Amino acid sequence: MENNVKTDIDTASNGNTAFPGQVHNLPGGGLIISSFNDIVNWARANSLWPLTFATSCCGIEMMSAASSKYDFSRFGFEVARATPRQADVIIIAGTIVNKMAPVLKRLYDQMADPKYVIAMGACAISGGPFFYNTYSVVKGADHIIPVDVYIPGCPPRPEALLHALITLQQKIKAGLTREQIRAETKQS
Amino acid sequence: MALTNEYIKQRLTEKFGEQVQQFQEPYGMLTFEAPKELNLKVLQFLYDEADLGFQFLTDLQAVHYPDNKGRELAVVYHLHSLTNNVRIRFKVFTDISTPDVFSATSLFSAANWMERETYDFYGVNFIGHPNLKRILNVEEMDYFPMRKEFPLEEQTRIDKDDDMFGR
Ligand code: SF4
Repeated sequence: MENNVKTDIDTASNGNTAFPGQVHNLPGGGLIISSFNDIVNWARANSLWPLTFATSCCGIEMMSAASSKYDFSRFGFEVARATPRQADVIIIAGTIVNKMAPVLKRLYDQMADPKYVIAMGACAISGGPFFYNTYSVVKGADHIIPVDVYIPGCPPRPEALLHALITLQQKIKAGLTREQIRAETKQS
Repeated sequence: MALTNEYIKQRLTEKFGEQVQQFQEPYGMLTFEAPKELNLKVLQFLYDEADLGFQFLTDLQAVHYPDNKGRELAVVYHLHSLTNNVRIRFKVFTDISTPDVFSATSLFSAANWMERETYDFYGVNFIGHPNLKRILNVEEMDYFPMRKEFPLEEQTRIDKDDDMFGR
């Protein structure tokens, strides 16, 4: 029975507590070996402040994910901000129409680096139900700003949003951020 | 005495004679039309008369009838008499090449945004509107998307089989 239990599942708590490096306990103290980038990413991933940006029905699921039943603050997302200047991640929850597109771009530009984008729902991925026969809907938010994680669904369940947030954490912890990659490619 | 459709019709015919016409009562709601030059006079009359009191503009929008030559666009006013709790519907028709209709903003402040929306989607030019520009669509848009020359569904789609949709 014991052998069937998979112990290395990437649970949220596992993902959140694992320290990127080695901890050596020594008498009278300890020693930590790690790389600075890893620690920075580890810290970033565990305190992502989302921007409250909901343009239509998917926003209801995002609110649900934020409230007591699903509670995404368990994973470090509790501080939803109403201003882009204090937010780290923008969850595009809903349809983006042509008139909203410049607003979304401006919000993204106003966010401080490093910044991350989650496209929630069919609308934000591709235009979704409005892909055909539309005069107003942008067919995918990634026409406007770069997206890190996509969540399919119409609307995605709050669990899916939680999964996307954890996926984003793993992505951040896994390595270089977009800015770091950009800076590196400039040098070489 | 409660305000009846017959009474409203009688008052309108007394005042405007043959010019108000096409009285109908779909689902019990009095509906009639008048020449577009008269729209403000009719609205004002319905507003001012104490026993009618249609002082609330519930909604205002347009309908496009492409086959109705010379009267392609209808502007529809939904009015509510709050004191009598009676609703009526009033239409004026206009040629699509000269879609000019007098603005009701001087009578109903609520007409401001409703007329902008109607202009936005149908291109009805409301004369006397203080700020007639697009309200919901992007300003650069150079067509009126709810007109019927734009098909409801993309004609190139083959995946939407009529059989599957019961049409
Ligand atoms: S994906 Fe579906 S639920 Fe989400 S905003 Fe679009 S239509 Fe609404």
